[in-house]
Amino acid sequence: MDQQILNAIFIGSIYALFAVGYTLVFGVLDILNLAHSAVFMLGAAVTYSLVVNRGQAFWFACIVGIAVSAAMGLVIEHVCLRPLRRRKAPPIAALISTIGLALIIVAAIEQGQPGSFFAWLWVDGPNSVAFPSGTIPNPTWHVGDLTLEASKVAIIPISIVLMLVLGYVIRSTQVGRGLRAVAENPRAARLMGLDVDRMISLTLVISSALGGLAGILFGVALGDISPYIGRDNVEIRGLAVIVLGGMGSIPGAVVGGYLLGLIEVGALVVLGSSARGGVAFAALFLMLVLRPQGLFGAQLRERI
Amino acid sequence: MDFFIQLFTDPVAFWNSHTLLIAQIGINSILASSMFIVLYSGQLSLAAPGFMAVGAYTAVLMDLYWHTPLALNIAAGVVFAGVVGVLVGLPVLRLRGVFLAIATIGFIEALRLGVILNLPITGEGLGLKNPSADPLGGINLVLGCLVVVLFLVWRLTKGRLGAAWAAIRQDELAALSQGIHVARYKMIAFVLSAVLAGFAGALEAHLNFFVDPGDQQYGVTRAVQILTFAVLGGSGHFLGPVVGALVVTSLPWVFEQAQAYINVVTGVFLIAVIVFRPQGIVGRGGLAIIRPWWWPRRNVRAPAPG
Repeated sequence: MDQQILNAIFIGSIYALFAVGYTLVFGVLDILNLAHSAVFMLGAAVTYSLVVNRGQAFWFACIVGIAVSAAMGLVIEHVCLRPLRRRKAPPIAALISTIGLALIIVAAIEQGQPGSFFAWLWVDGPNSVAFPSGTIPNPTWHVGDLTLEASKVAIIPISIVLMLVLGYVIRSTQVGRGLRAVAENPRAARLMGLDVDRMISLTLVISSALGGLAGILFGVALGDISPYIGRDNVEIRGLAVIVLGGMGSIPGAVVGGYLLGLIEVGALVVLGSSARGGVAFAALFLMLVLRPQGLFGAQLRERI
Repeated sequence: MDFFIQLFTDPVAFWNSHTLLIAQIGINSILASSMFIVLYSGQLSLAAPGFMAVGAYTAVLMDLYWHTPLALNIAAGVVFAGVVGVLVGLPVLRLRGVFLAIATIGFIEALRLGVILNLPITGEGLGLKNPSADPLGGINLVLGCLVVVLFLVWRLTKGRLGAAWAAIRQDELAALSQGIHVARYKMIAFVLSAVLAGFAGALEAHLNFFVDPGDQQYGVTRAVQILTFAVLGGSGHFLGPVVGALVVTSLPWVFEQAQAYINVVTGVFLIAVIVFRPQGIVGRGGLAIIRPWWWPRRNVRAPAPG
């Protein structure tokens, strides 16, 4: 039972980290970035490839994985979002363009087999792989009847520290003020001399870096890296998390992540594995119907 | 290229060799029309796959247990989907925009993962065998139904109902102040869309020997695909989503050479269309791309929803 609660916290941390990036983009742009789950997967895939196929050190690979994810944030902005803003497209158009990019990223990894065009990026095709033991530092402790693996335990402080830092940046720095101004009213922000496009690029870079890191942590802790981890594990759950916490609210995303982790593990223990997914989505549905502003959204208008 | 060469030089052989594709395009067009109705009334609902599942399972289960005729099965599926539409619509239609989209995603996934995968009667995730399916003979039925559906949707958008929906889409508050019963008209749109989705689901089940409760079929993947039809084709005109369904469904056949990289090509295509024509292929100004310059311009249409 205690082990189950620990698992809930591990998986909740990953959900939270993923959802913080999701909700950041929604808070600033009012757009759901559906390529976020592909970035999650890309971070994990790049790190795995560097460690296992290229024999690089784990820490170096992590940094490159996060950097590639962040760069993908720029790609999302320049390919999928900025041209649509220029043409004053309805927000629903951005949904389709980010889906298109997600398709491309997943298909590229999926086709990465020895000898193929994407072999430099990934060689395991659609298969699920895990870091072989010994490639990543992973001491294990036993406390009472609990098993603590470093790879899982580390997720918690990493997530909490990063989310605190992000909260501080947004609340108390010049950049954060700029982000909040753009979220509030892009037009007014531009009139006040803010470079709105740059602020949006920055939002996507931060969001995607966090998404990539969440992917790496997921891949390390759960030993499951495949082209589909983003789509299958976090894409829709990320939506559930940001709705539970309140769309656009960062503390809400954090609490929502842990809450979803607890709900899922609770459903697993009480009802068995087959009901796990259904319970999470029923919770999402009920939350929206009963309290659409989420746990932390005081009003729907206010964000971040 | 082979795809178009065969289409234009030998339509009969094309029809024979692509029967399943054409049937799928027909089903997807009905689904796209279902999506069109909710978008036309200004609601971003992704609930269609849930109602498809209701329609499909109702029709197949009736056939399996009671051996009732096909028409009755489909009718029952449609009615049941409509009833579920009312039950779901009552609580969720207070939500707007992306909140409505997420609530409907919650509905379809709770239905699929929570109910369909756990009830003994729906096969608990193993799916259902449907021995009385008719993949080849069903195509005429599907295309006939599509024509009827399109005619109905066209008439609806031209009438009082369509005018009320367009008013709600453009400005809900203004519509309310003009005495339009916003909640009622939204509900009508939602339930009609549920009925069409249930109909498409029941028809699709008739084309397949197996009802598969996978994500591609009744999950979010399908919902997003249907949304893609509508947005890519253009949701301001009733033909837009149908064009979108036609284009997106036939993409894998058109780009046959891409083979394994088909999803890369699809992704590039989606981004290109939406970036260069955000209002969709059949967007503002109707069929502006293919209209010859001497053709008289009609009055300007209302802007696309969103």
